[in-house]
Amino acid sequence: MRIVYTDVLVVGGGLAGLRAAVGARRRGQDVIILSLVPPKRSHSAAAQGGMQASLGNTFKGAGDNEDVHFEDTVRGSDWGCDQEVARLFVHAAPQAVRELAAWGVPWNRVKAGPRQVVMDGQHVTLTEPEASHGLIAARDFGGTKKWRTCYVSDGTGHAMLYAVSDQAVAERIPVHERTEAVALIHDGTRCHGAIVRDLVTGELSAYVAKATCIATGGFGRIYRVTTNALINEGIGAAIALETGVATLANMEAVQFHPTTIFPAGILVTEGCRGDGGLLKDASGHRFMPDYEPEKKELASRDVVSRRMEEHIRAGHGVKTRFGDHLWLDITLLGAQHINGKLREVKEICQHFLGIDPVKDMIPVRPAQHYSMGGIRTDAAGQARGLAGLFACGEAACWDLHGFNRLGGNSVAETVVAGMIVGETMADFVESSAGELQVSTALVREFLEREQAKIDTLLHGNGKENASELMRRMQDIMTEKVGIFRRGDLLQEAVDELQALLLRSRKIGIDTKRAGANPELVTAYRLQKMLKLALCVAYGALQRTESRGAHFREDYPRRDDASWLKRTLATWHDDFQTLPTLAYESLDVTRMELPPGWRGYGAKNAIEHPATEARVAEVATIRSAFERADRYTVQQALMPFDHLVPEAFRGRNARPGEQTS
Amino acid sequence: MSTSPRILTLRVLRSSPVEGEAPHWEDFRVEEAEGMTLFLALTEVRERLAPSLQFDFVCRAGICGSCGMLIDGKPGLACCALTRDHGTTITLAPLPVFELIGDLSVNTGKWMRGTAERLETWIHSAAKPDLTAVEPRMEPELAEAIYELDRCIECGCCVAGCGTLRMREEFVGAIGLNKIARFRLDPRDERSDEDFYDLIGDDTGVFGCMSLLGCHDVCPKGLPLQTQIAFLRRKMVAVGLK
Ligand SMILES: Cc1cc2nc3c(=O)[nH]c(=O)nc-3n(C[C@H](O)[C@H](O)[C@H](O)COP(=O)(O)OP(=O)(O)OC[C@H]3O[C@@H](n4cnc5c(N)ncnc54)[C@H](O)[C@@H]3O)c2cc1C
Ligand code: SF4
Ligand code: SF4
Ligand code: FES
Repeated sequence: MRIVYTDVLVVGGGLAGLRAAVGARRRGQDVIILSLVPPKRSHSAAAQGGMQASLGNTFKGAGDNEDVHFEDTVRGSDWGCDQEVARLFVHAAPQAVRELAAWGVPWNRVKAGPRQVVMDGQHVTLTEPEASHGLIAARDFGGTKKWRTCYVSDGTGHAMLYAVSDQAVAERIPVHERTEAVALIHDGTRCHGAIVRDLVTGELSAYVAKATCIATGGFGRIYRVTTNALINEGIGAAIALETGVATLANMEAVQFHPTTIFPAGILVTEGCRGDGGLLKDASGHRFMPDYEPEKKELASRDVVSRRMEEHIRAGHGVKTRFGDHLWLDITLLGAQHINGKLREVKEICQHFLGIDPVKDMIPVRPAQHYSMGGIRTDAAGQARGLAGLFACGEAACWDLHGFNRLGGNSVAETVVAGMIVGETMADFVESSAGELQVSTALVREFLEREQAKIDTLLHGNGKENASELMRRMQDIMTEKVGIFRRGDLLQEAVDELQALLLRSRKIGIDTKRAGANPELVTAYRLQKMLKLALCVAYGALQRTESRGAHFREDYPRRDDASWLKRTLATWHDDFQTLPTLAYESLDVTRMELPPGWRGYGAKNAIEHPATEARVAEVATIRSAFERADRYTVQQALMPFDHLVPEAFRGRNARPGEQTS
Repeated sequence: MSTSPRILTLRVLRSSPVEGEAPHWEDFRVEEAEGMTLFLALTEVRERLAPSLQFDFVCRAGICGSCGMLIDGKPGLACCALTRDHGTTITLAPLPVFELIGDLSVNTGKWMRGTAERLETWIHSAAKPDLTAVEPRMEPELAEAIYELDRCIECGCCVAGCGTLRMREEFVGAIGLNKIARFRLDPRDERSDEDFYDLIGDDTGVFGCMSLLGCHDVCPKGLPLQTQIAFLRRKMVAVGLK
């Protein structure tokens, strides 16, 4: 039995995992990172567009601050997020950007003086202030009042990931590449690490840790059409679910990105629209202003995706033998801009479509993009239900995004949550609760259990074909649990997924080898992915309202009266075929921003009984503190300072703003 | 113009060191589809014909650098290679130089981590950043120039294309030299040319390069490797003469 001991085990070498690891390491802990692939190949590298942080350096960002970022985030979430977490996040985001700058990220910088931009289809001249010359620049993104998205041309995620990954090398943190956590070791109340499979040799070993952090990213691959990398299969979330005690939250909250190239599903960044690109239909008509006169192409993603599908349904799509699509037109941005700031987009168009976006329009259609749901944690990143287990990044439901995340808020979340969870884990390891008390018998039991599962797959007499079941699951999700949802279709999806889950217990495998064996990998991952798919589909079926990215045609209104709550899913025993769902209410009486209209999309929510009183209360507090600075007002409305780790306290300075 | 799709033969150099399986060629036939990439073709082979076939795709969009292989003998990213740009028989082999894992999969990660440790590819700065203060300024053009060199995706194509590396294992390769150029350009890194000379001022570094430029033509990101290597060599010669 091979056992590896460490203080902190971080499962996942993307932005979130790496940043958490660096944090814990700098506090003196021993850290090991596990990753399916070399960390720089994690999907964080694919984030093109940018990272939101309210630096307020640019002309169109002037006046930006935490308050504005907070409100945009809450509205974007359709009031589904945890507002305290949103506050903590907007507070720490500027620090995260500045830390990354110090670590070498070549953020695009403000150039003082006039410059040409495209806004709302028009060429406009903006004059950037002299005082901001050389500070970090920002671009426009959907659902934001200010230009707040810091960027590195269109390789933001790449530049961030490389910088943080190199910091991990500088800190001498070992990364065990090509390894996969396949189960968590736990005793029902405390997590003790993970059972890990070496993807080259097939060997299983136990990693025993005081603190275990899951940062395994999203689970987009349960869908057929997705922008996610092939490795985004959600195994980290699934192994947490399989403990029977840890909880997944809001799994039905799945984001679809408006502009993915058709039909491959490869993303072209929101920066295309942020920088002035337009959406057009088969007849070349710019249709978004017809639906969203205010924000047009730059309403939040859920809204734009739905409007696009609506327009296609109304018969305005471009017809091809693979189905219908619309056009993204960035030709008006000009060759210089596209060849510089949108070069990845240009390369993608050339490689996969054989077109040049300087001259040609890009065929696009929405596709699955982001998982708002994940392992439920508290604001410090501690997972619910299992002490010693932590989670951050897309794998977690920290609940910054509620039912829809804003573009640019995700890579920002990864590093901010990583900063926080790194501190939380270090605190935990230093505390008495963090002491290691695990029996080798328990470790052996888990190891043997996982080995037995693999042996059954390899040598059992199953006949089902894993790739075929995988494809079926992905089709069901894309066809029946997509952008538009309906009770009868969701019920069909749940029934069919349950049947697939039963069949997946009888998978047979042709390749018998124990080592690198892609067929075996597909088989055991599929069994886990089906559980996640069921959490999504069943959660969506139960939620009889529309909120953010979750849209029910049969229940088109947001229903705060009945559904201002978070879905919690657990999976108690391996023989269940459905998750156990429970709900946790969001407390309107403590919200800094009580529910209201988002400023785009439908305006038909059913009000929560407590909303009116809270709106009045907030107004009273605001008028009572009329003369106070914004920090004092905020503190009176919803204190959150206690959630900010020591290392990240203090007010964020901005050019031209008083912080005291 | 004929309408029936081409039948492609993928001739793959297979092996499995773990299982003790020696390298051998194996042919797989797939029907070409519109817009087919080698990613799609190989996935189909694995699903229908050879479930044990090993290869490494992650982003399938030319971003992550996982899928470098020799395509008709030339290093390239398989996910971006459209089959229509190739003949009906396409040979695929793993990248040389790197440790072979099996079939088309090689351990670039280990090599790259080694490079990062050896060349210390991170910002060296004594100052602890003040995170709540307004960030230090940088000229916009400089930031863009740094990003130009930061675009390397560590795919290893330049390594596989380098004649020197096949003879001298410790050579840092074009990728290593490019990294040094990147950090040298970055004013936030306080290392001097003398420090860089210590890292690459010998024939495992910039003086080992024979300027054959097997690297330059194969970089999928079109990094200016040729100019960077030449520039760096001049700078390091200057340090050497001091
Ligand atoms: C195409 C695309 C573009 C995007 N653009 C933007 C953008 O512009 N702005 C923005 O804010 N957000 C963007 N996003 C979202 C954002 O990139 C992701 O949400 C974020 O990078 C996720 O980071 P992460 O660290 O949580 O996970 P990832 O970067 O996905 O990393 C997950 C890590 O976990 C490892 N792993 C997974 N499972 C296991 C296991 N079982 N055992 C061991 N290791 C495991 C993987 O190897 C990997 O290292 C984009 C997403 C996509 C798909
Ligand atoms: S120029 Fe030649 S020797 Fe130098 S790094 Fe490139 S391929 Fe190698
Ligand atoms: S320099 Fe180019 S070829 Fe070499 S590893 Fe980087 S991206 Fe690949
Ligand atoms: S799979 Fe990422 S570059 Fe080819």
